[in-house]
Amino acid sequence: MNAAEPVREKKTFHLFDFLYKYGTLITILLLIAVFGTVTENFLNAANIINILRSISIVTIIAIGLTVSLAVGGFDLSVGSVASLANALVISMYVWHGHNFGLGIAVTILFCLVVGLINAFLVINFKIQDMLMTLATMFVFQGVALTYTRGATISQNMIMPNGDFAAGQIPKVFGKLGQVPWIIIIMLLIVVSVHLFLTYTKHGRYMYMIGGNPEAAKLSGIAVSRYRLTAYLISALFAAVGGIVLGARVMNAEVNAGGPYLMDAVAAAFIGYSVLGAGKPNAFGTFAGAVLIGILSNGLIMLSVPYYAMDIVKGSVLALALAITYYRRNH
Amino acid sequence: MTDSKASRLDMKRISIAFPGVKALTEVDFYTVAGRAHALIGANGAGKSTLMKVLAGVYDHYTGEICIDGKEVHIRNPKEAKDNGIQVVYQEVDTALIPNLSVGENIMLDQTVHDMNGRHLIHWKQLHQSAQAVLDKMNVKVSTRKLVQDLTLAEKQMVLIARAVSKQCRFLVLDEPTAPLSHSETEQLFRLIRKLKTDGVGIIFISHRLPELYKICDDITIMRDGQLVVREELAKIDQHKVVEYMLGAKMDGQFPQTETTIGGKCFEAKGIRDKGKVNNVDLYIRKGEIVGLAGLVGAGKTELCRALFGASETSSGDIYLEGRKLRINTPYEAVQNGLALVPEERRREGVFVEESVSVNLTAAILSRFTRLGPWLSTAKEKNASAEIIRNLGIKTPNGQAIVKNLSGGNQQKVAIGKWLLVDADVYIFDEPTKGVDVGAKRDIYDLVAELAGRGKCILYASSEMSEIIGITDRIYVMYDGSIIKELETRNTDEEEILLYSTGGLLT
Repeated sequence: MNAAEPVREKKTFHLFDFLYKYGTLITILLLIAVFGTVTENFLNAANIINILRSISIVTIIAIGLTVSLAVGGFDLSVGSVASLANALVISMYVWHGHNFGLGIAVTILFCLVVGLINAFLVINFKIQDMLMTLATMFVFQGVALTYTRGATISQNMIMPNGDFAAGQIPKVFGKLGQVPWIIIIMLLIVVSVHLFLTYTKHGRYMYMIGGNPEAAKLSGIAVSRYRLTAYLISALFAAVGGIVLGARVMNAEVNAGGPYLMDAVAAAFIGYSVLGAGKPNAFGTFAGAVLIGILSNGLIMLSVPYYAMDIVKGSVLALALAITYYRRNH
Repeated sequence: MTDSKASRLDMKRISIAFPGVKALTEVDFYTVAGRAHALIGANGAGKSTLMKVLAGVYDHYTGEICIDGKEVHIRNPKEAKDNGIQVVYQEVDTALIPNLSVGENIMLDQTVHDMNGRHLIHWKQLHQSAQAVLDKMNVKVSTRKLVQDLTLAEKQMVLIARAVSKQCRFLVLDEPTAPLSHSETEQLFRLIRKLKTDGVGIIFISHRLPELYKICDDITIMRDGQLVVREELAKIDQHKVVEYMLGAKMDGQFPQTETTIGGKCFEAKGIRDKGKVNNVDLYIRKGEIVGLAGLVGAGKTELCRALFGASETSSGDIYLEGRKLRINTPYEAVQNGLALVPEERRREGVFVEESVSVNLTAAILSRFTRLGPWLSTAKEKNASAEIIRNLGIKTPNGQAIVKNLSGGNQQKVAIGKWLLVDADVYIFDEPTKGVDVGAKRDIYDLVAELAGRGKCILYASSEMSEIIGITDRIYVMYDGSIIKELETRNTDEEEILLYSTGGLLT
């Protein structure tokens, strides 16, 4: 306590500090350089757009997750919420024949209720966020499955009564899932959440709550309100992710959002270390998603079989975590 | 001293430097088994560093450590323990494993080092040995209880029990009494006296000067990484000790200010928190510093938290200027002009991973925004620079991370945060705990200045001298109730202590 703990700035070069700060970005550049020289088409404008398009849904979902991480939470239900949103939005068009705007509005509204349920459970029962949302992850996944009766929703599908579904998916909806809109939506979300977390008082409060909830509470910060907001934002972006997913594939597969959860978690955690932030942040999450996207894309171009892909993805995540935690402990 | 094992510990010409800082310069320290040795110095004087050298925490110091004139090699914690040097650090939670039982925690080192190839734990023997140690110390805690269920004082006893369960020639106690109540302190002192007669040399670090005179035989005073004086304690009085610590003569520790006390401003009626606070009524007038005296565990912290809306189970009515306030959360308390400087600084008071500036503006961030919710770094920087200057916070700049500051400076940050808010009522809960004399003085000045500006101040402390020195009026708490109201100028430490310990109850 009374140690002569000197306040000092380290001027010397520390390899791990450097790696911690720039490791992710350097890895991205290295991968680009390697893939760019080894394969012919990697650096094509078309391929770069392809990569951005392929990471957009993961990024959108991961950004929501990042906000829940910022308040010290952990929303594991984002994948399920995306599935639910996917099913809802397609069904609004195909089953109910709603127009473009109404379909999206109803979907987002439902998903916000889901976020509300998450927040209510986590805040009022004081259950660890990860455990609680693990439970709700199953529940919402089940809700989505039950809603679709375990089937894929698509245009002209056969309804239980034997008729064909009459509704059509609006053309403008399909645009959301295509370049350039899908990339624009992603970038808009990344930038606005980055600004929100870094430059507004609300973002500052969220980081404080994540850093020390008790001190935040005693500083007069409305902790519960901000945690609620974080879960709503998380559910909102999961819903947007699910909607964009629906727009891209123009149907709702069974549990289509589920696989995005783990990539989103990976992106958000890789993002911790980007530029030495040391905490969840939107730009880092984007960089994490880019890293994963480049890896997948480049490996496909090198004809690495899809079944071996996860080995590489997992290894990169392990490396990123190793750098982050090595720094933290030393 | 006449013990057959009579041994002497010498640390000769100890120097150690950290990047950019020379922490210890040629320190010669010695102490003798069977005596208690007080090691004193302001924060940053180097006493903890010296003890860490002794405990084998650092291996890059120069100088030598001798026991009975023979040089011993201490460069890691195990070598220190093998030489009979045991340390009980102030932050007890870092040394205990909360989800294991008391017995397992006491016998931790034996379980780790003395298994000699055995792989099964002999539970009965473990608990018996642990119980034997506790019995010897006269501590009544079940060895099967989990450490996470213990009070702070009990945890400390467990740590001391662990230290004396092994060969222990020199025991270093780093601020052991800070979290302890009066009776617990007495109990600790009895234990120390017993250890002394057993021939253990005690090195005792504390910021509470009076208690040193109860228990210690010798004193070493350090300042700025150097040894200032080593003397028999009886030959040196408290004022002298403070002078040596500060390096300058200090007149009256407490600010002498004439404040004009106005009318009743803050009032609380029927404050209850089940099992902790029973039906407390109190009021504070404008510009008045009201002391909340009482021993540790009397319910001061709980009362402070209840007033601030930080307890979910509390009830009662709170009035400010005759207006009834609705306070169910700290958020509402702050909106209504209350401020609380909590006791557990690192856990409740500051954001250790954030910068000084972020900490200082935490409670009133909305003042540092423009165009709606957007933060203005320039405004923040100016305001925090002003607070840093006014409070004399020792930090290179507002961007420094709070965990790198010393305890006293962290506390100033925790207080400084509320100065920006400009609240009407300030509640201080043990604001000088673990803070050195110089910083204490700064904090007293600050409290007096706030009162001078017409604020209502509630000052909770278990240090009687502090209560007497700084307050205008005193409520004494005992067992969750206020049992006596005293005018400070008509009372003294003895009277407060008497009420605090439950004496004179009618």
